Amino acid sequence: MTSAIRRRVGFKQTLAFKATLALTTAIAALGLAPMGALAQTPKAGGTVHVVVQPEPPMLMQGLNQNGPTNMVAGNIYESLLRYDEKLTPMPSLAKSWEVSADSKVYTFKLQEGVKWHDGKPFSADDVVFSLDKFHREVHPRWRPIVNAQVEKIEKVDDLTVKITLKQPFGPMITTQEVASAPMIPKHIYEGTDYRANPANNTPMGTGPFKFKEWKKGSYIHLVRNPDYWAKGKPALDEIYWQIIPDAAARAVAYETGKVDVLTGGSVDVYDVQRLAKLPNSCMTTKGWEMFAPHAWMTVNIAKGGPLANKQFRQGMMYAIDREFGKDVVWDGLGKLPTGPISSKTKFYSADVPKYTYDVAKAKELIKASGYKGEPLKILALPYGEVWSRWAEAIKQNFADAGINIAIETTDVPGWTQKASNGDFDLTFNFLYQLGDPAIGVARNYISTNIVKGNPFGNQGAYVNPEVDKLFAEAAIAPTDAARQELYNKVQKVLVEDLPVLWLLEMEFPTIHRCNVKNLVTTAIGVNDGFRDAWKE
Amino acid sequence: MNFLKRFCRNRGAVLGLVILLAVVAFALLAPTLFPQSPWRPVGRPFLAPFTMERFPLGTDTLGRNLASGLVHGARVSLMIGVVSTLVALLIGVPLGAAAGYAGGFVDDALMRFTEFFQTIPSFALAIVLVAILQPQLGSIVLAIGVVSWPPVARLVRGEVLSLKSREYVQAAVTIGQSTPRIIFSQVLPNTIAPIIVMGSLMIGSAILLESALSFLGLGDPNLMSWGYMVGAGRTRLLDAWWISFFPGFAIFLTVLALNLAGEGLNDALNPRLARGRE
Repeated sequence: MTSAIRRRVGFKQTLAFKATLALTTAIAALGLAPMGALAQTPKAGGTVHVVVQPEPPMLMQGLNQNGPTNMVAGNIYESLLRYDEKLTPMPSLAKSWEVSADSKVYTFKLQEGVKWHDGKPFSADDVVFSLDKFHREVHPRWRPIVNAQVEKIEKVDDLTVKITLKQPFGPMITTQEVASAPMIPKHIYEGTDYRANPANNTPMGTGPFKFKEWKKGSYIHLVRNPDYWAKGKPALDEIYWQIIPDAAARAVAYETGKVDVLTGGSVDVYDVQRLAKLPNSCMTTKGWEMFAPHAWMTVNIAKGGPLANKQFRQGMMYAIDREFGKDVVWDGLGKLPTGPISSKTKFYSADVPKYTYDVAKAKELIKASGYKGEPLKILALPYGEVWSRWAEAIKQNFADAGINIAIETTDVPGWTQKASNGDFDLTFNFLYQLGDPAIGVARNYISTNIVKGNPFGNQGAYVNPEVDKLFAEAAIAPTDAARQELYNKVQKVLVEDLPVLWLLEMEFPTIHRCNVKNLVTTAIGVNDGFRDAWKE
Repeated sequence: MNFLKRFCRNRGAVLGLVILLAVVAFALLAPTLFPQSPWRPVGRPFLAPFTMERFPLGTDTLGRNLASGLVHGARVSLMIGVVSTLVALLIGVPLGAAAGYAGGFVDDALMRFTEFFQTIPSFALAIVLVAILQPQLGSIVLAIGVVSWPPVARLVRGEVLSLKSREYVQAAVTIGQSTPRIIFSQVLPNTIAPIIVMGSLMIGSAILLESALSFLGLGDPNLMSWGYMVGAGRTRLLDAWWISFFPGFAIFLTVLALNLAGEGLNDALNPRLARGRE
C-alpha cells in the first residue's frame, strides 16, 4: 500500500464510459441487460420536478449543511471531488490529485475553463479562499479538521493547489464532498461579513445548475448552466424543487404526476413499497453511502445503576428483536448493523461479537447483572410514527426480558434538550457517518466528546481510555492498512462493551419515474446527481 | 321503583345502558379475555378482520391483536372518562355552590374566574396542559378535568340560587344552622339530580377529549387507548381500514350510549318533564 501512495488519477470518464458501453452491450446480448440505462445516450432537455422536504432554511451551502439544503445546493455548488458508491474519490473541480509518499502533501490540479455563474473565472485563489478562510471560519465539519490537521493551504499556480498536513490524516481524501467543502466565490465573499452577505440569497457556484427563483413555501427553480465546464452536461433544462409540507400530499403529488422524484425520507415508510410498484416507477436505496445513516439506542451510562453495567447492556441487546424492527417497523428497509461502523463506511469490520435475538440469554444476563427491577424509561424520538412504533416494539422486547420499562414522549425541542443534557435513560438517535470513521463515528464514543448542549456527541457519556486511544491513533495512522487494523480493534472493543445498542443501518430510498435516467450515480445521490441525470 | 319504570320508558336510554354495561363488562373482563399485553406483537401485521379466529378484528401495523387492544382500551377510556369527570365535579361543584350561596362580590369574582376558563378553547388548553406536564395518565386526567369544570360550576350556581330562597332553607337559616351545614345538608342534596345527569354526559365528552389527545400523540404512551389506536392506524387508512375503524366505532358507540343513558336519567330524575312528554 505504501508504495502505491504516489498515484495519479486522470479524467478518463469517456474511456470508462466506452468500456461500460461495451460491457453492457455484451451483457445485453446475453439477455441480461442489468445496466440498460447506461447504454443509452443522454437526451438533452426536459424539466424535472423533485420533492424537497422540509423547506431548506437557506441555499448558501457554505453556511448551512441541513439535509434539504444539501439536496438543492449540491447541484449549484461544487467541490474538488465527488465520490462513487464505494466512496472512491472521482474528479470534480479537481481534474487530478496527487498524495506525497509521506501522506502529508495533497496536490490538486484544477479543471480548465471553469467559470462561476456570473462569468468570472474560477481559479486556485477561490480554492484557497474557500478552504483556508471561509470554511475555517464558518464550517462545522471543516473547521476542526483544518485547525487540527492542516499546516498550510497554498496556491502553486492558477490551476494548482497544495494542502500540507501536520501529520498523515487518512480521512483527508474523504473530506472534499460538496456539502463538506463547497467552493465559494472569492470575488463575492472576500472581506465581507460572510453570514450577512446579501449574495447568500442568490447562491452562486460553478455547478451544473444556476439558481433562478425561490418562491418560499412553494418551489425552488434551478436552470441549466450553459457554460458548465463538463462539455455536454447537464442534459436537463430545469429543475423544480417542490415544497409540499405533508407526507401524504407528497405521495399523492407523485401518484398524480406532479413530481417526478421523491427524495429519500420524503414519504412515509409504509408508502414506499406501494409507490415503488406504480407503473413507470423506479426505486433505489443507493446514493446515501456517504451518509450511511446509522440508528441506535443511546444508553445513559452516566446515570449509573443497571445502565452502567456491561452485562445489563448486553442483556438488553439480546432482548431486542432487531429483525422485527427492520422487517415490520421499517417495512424491510435497511440492514442490521454489526457495530459502530456501518457496512457502507470505510474500515468496516464484521469480525465482532454477534448479538442475535435470544430472550432466554437476555434474561440470564440481566439476572446476572444484579438488576432488581429498577424502573427505566425509553425517551421516544419524536420524528413521526415509525419511531413511535419502534419504541413500542422495543419496550415490549424489554418487558419480555424482565426489564421494568416505560415510554416517555415529548416534542422535538423537548427531545433535543433532554438528549443534549443527559436527562434520559434510553433514547433513540441516528447519525450520518460521512464516509470515514474518524469524521462520523469516533465522535459518538470518545470521552472528549461528552458535551452538553448537543444531542449528537457521546450522549451516554461512555468513557474507555482504550477506545479513545485507538480512535486517535487510527485517524492519523499513515496507511489504510494500519488504520484498518486499529479500527478492527476498536470495533471489537465497542461491540463487546455496547456503549449504545446499534439497531439499524437505515435506508432512505429514492423513488423516481423510470424515465428520469442516471439520477443516482454517486455516494450522495440526488445531492449532486442532476449533473448526469437526463429525461427520456 | 318509580324511577326505574320512568327510565325504562325511554327505549333509547335502555339501549344506551345495555351498550354501556357491555363495554364495562369487556373492560372488567379484559385480563381474562386477553391475558397477554395488548402491546405484544402476536401475529402477522395487517391481517384483515374476520379471516382468522385468533384475531377476530385483525392485527395492526406491528401485528398486535386489535381485539385485545380494543378490550384493554375500554378500561383506559372508561377510567379516564370517569376519573376526569370526578375531577371536574370536584372543582366545579364547590365553586358553583359557594358562588350561588354567597352571592354578591364572591359570586361576581367566582363567575368571572369561571368565564375566564370558558373563553379559552377547551381543547387547545388541554393540549397545552398535557404538553407542559408531559403526557402521562395523571396529567391527562387533570387537563380534562381542568377544561370541563366551568359548566358544572354554572349549573350548580344556578340551582343553588333558586334553592337558596326556598322556605326550608330560610327555615334552616332561622333556626341558626351554620352556613356550611346548610349548604351540605339542605342545598346540595337537592342539586344531585342535575349533577348526575350532567356528569354522565361529561364522561362521554371526556372520553372524546382523551381520544383526541391520544390521536394527536399526546396520550400516555404506556396505555393502550382507543384514540391512540385510531391515530396509529390513520396513515394506513387506505389499505388497512380496520386498524382505525374498530376503535373509532368503539368510541362512537360508547359516547352514544353515555348520551342516551344520560338523557334517560334526565327524564327519569325530572318527573315533571317526563310527565309533560306524555
